Amino acid sequence: MSLTSAHSVVAPSATSKRVAGTIIVLYALISIVPLLWIFATSFKTPPDSIAYPPKILFQPSLEGYCNLFSTRTRQTPEYINSLGPATGVCDETVRKRNMVIAGPSNFMPRFINSLIIAFGSTFCAVFLGTLSAYGFSRFKVPLADDLLFFILSTRMMPPIAVAIPIYLMYRELGLSDTALGMILLYTAVNVSLAVWLLKGFIDEIPREYEEAAMIDGYTRLQAFWRTVLPQATTGIAATAIFCLIFAWNEYAFAALLTSGTAQTAPPFIPTIIGEGGQDWPAVAAGTTIFLVPILVFTILLRKQLLRGITFGAVRK
Amino acid sequence: MTEAGLTMLNRTADSVARATPEPLARKVRGISDKGLAWLFISPTILLLLAINIFPLFWAIYLSFTNYRANRPNEVVRNVGLANYKRILGDQDIWIAMQTTAHFVFWTILLQTLIGFTLAWLIDRKFRGHAFWTTIILVPMMLSPAVVGNFWRFLYEPQIGLFAYAISFVTGIPATQIGMLSNVSLAPWSIVIVDTWMWTPYVMLICLAGLRSIPEYIYEAAEVDRASNWRQFWSITLPMALPFIMLAVLFRGIENFKMFDMVNLLTGGGPGSTTEVASITLKRQAFESWRTGYSSAFAIILFVAVFGLANIYVKALNKVKQR
Repeated sequence: MSLTSAHSVVAPSATSKRVAGTIIVLYALISIVPLLWIFATSFKTPPDSIAYPPKILFQPSLEGYCNLFSTRTRQTPEYINSLGPATGVCDETVRKRNMVIAGPSNFMPRFINSLIIAFGSTFCAVFLGTLSAYGFSRFKVPLADDLLFFILSTRMMPPIAVAIPIYLMYRELGLSDTALGMILLYTAVNVSLAVWLLKGFIDEIPREYEEAAMIDGYTRLQAFWRTVLPQATTGIAATAIFCLIFAWNEYAFAALLTSGTAQTAPPFIPTIIGEGGQDWPAVAAGTTIFLVPILVFTILLRKQLLRGITFGAVRK
Repeated sequence: MTEAGLTMLNRTADSVARATPEPLARKVRGISDKGLAWLFISPTILLLLAINIFPLFWAIYLSFTNYRANRPNEVVRNVGLANYKRILGDQDIWIAMQTTAHFVFWTILLQTLIGFTLAWLIDRKFRGHAFWTTIILVPMMLSPAVVGNFWRFLYEPQIGLFAYAISFVTGIPATQIGMLSNVSLAPWSIVIVDTWMWTPYVMLICLAGLRSIPEYIYEAAEVDRASNWRQFWSITLPMALPFIMLAVLFRGIENFKMFDMVNLLTGGGPGSTTEVASITLKRQAFESWRTGYSSAFAIILFVAVFGLANIYVKALNKVKQR
């Protein structure tokens, strides 16, 4: 009883809670407006998107998504009238602007590149990172602190500074504008994060588990496989998502080292243009599709976020 | 370089093997613990040597030459320290460094102030605080490039939402609010977007700091009848300080390297008013193709980040020990 009353002495008062809650909710709502605006713009027609004053209420349209996935050519009304009935929503929308769909745009290939490169590099980084983290956590590695610091310090270089020699190196090796080259590069960038995070997670698994398994006749490798890995699943999953988000969001290397076949979505989205300037609904549509996976991951990760963004330095 | 790297690696592996304690080092199916340690760690080290360290040494070599990547067949001349001397005397580089300093200073100041305040408020644990915290965290997870590109739209003088909101509040006509075209406003346009994006980051770390303060300290302060004001300045702030400093370190390094968001939002313009160091580096390296010169600049930037970060970490450790 005395404990609870002592507690209530320092607990914030109801008024202060209400004030704090109001300010936080206001901040959250204001900070989320740009994202809601992207989402809303993706369902606007191009004239609606550039209306003054900015339109909050509008007739939703799929034109942005249609323009994102297709390339179009302008035709005369006579020609369009001579065509058969429209085959789909996009066909119909586009014809209203005196245009016909000429073919698919580059968005899908770029999006698929993003998927391949993000998942490929994440798999490699987590694989290498788990092995190294286990090594650093369980074996007496000489100069372990120096090696760990070396691994971290590779993260401090400005990406453009790294990109200059990488650009030359990839040109020599024929890795320019290839998915393999980007996977290697992102793996190298992400492996430092993976080692630091996973070492923290593996350090938390008691050594006794493996030792017991080894006394039971497992080899060190089997003990690692059967006792440590299953225990580290949460940590490995969280690390993987962090690596995935980095690779997914990365722009500097992608913009400088890829231009065509291996280009990812972030350098592609800003290049979407319509007639007479940037086609904002299409850009918004691309941005929305690109951001949705990240929103899902953020919600999944919210308990591990702190650890991830501080390289495991703060664990709560 | 490759040879030197391999020897270094072999030596590391050797000492790994020697240092692993004897009882653990039993042979199992041909792989000893020593062997396993080396097998587990070396792929990572090899990859980093190939993709990070080798290019770094290459960049150091290039920084002493007049090499130009767009003319690979031209004879490469060793120019000694000429590139470094020219950088230190280059007016444009100094302007870029000032732009970077302005950007880093204001973003960190604003993010720390707002981030700490938000964390302090969230720590009241009002109802629903977990949900709203997650909402606040969203901007920092997004791609800075894609977000920078979209803020260009929000900043448009007439049709943009930002300009409209400002004119709604202040009464200044929306057509006159050219955040990206006005020379004196443009440097603030990048500060605003970065603050919007990364304040949650500082907030999250500060929140961890506040939650790490044991409650009994406050209870003792209550017993001593210390005022709320006094408690804040002599308990809350000093005990959260290492966390705040950690957040500042991470944000400082990141913003010193800032490229993606600024490149897409302003591209360094108008003129060179928002040309932070990384943008200058990109222009020199990939537009003017002065590879040797830009490599020297890259090395200077890297040494600066590395040096400043090291000094800062020493200070941080001192604060932690107090």
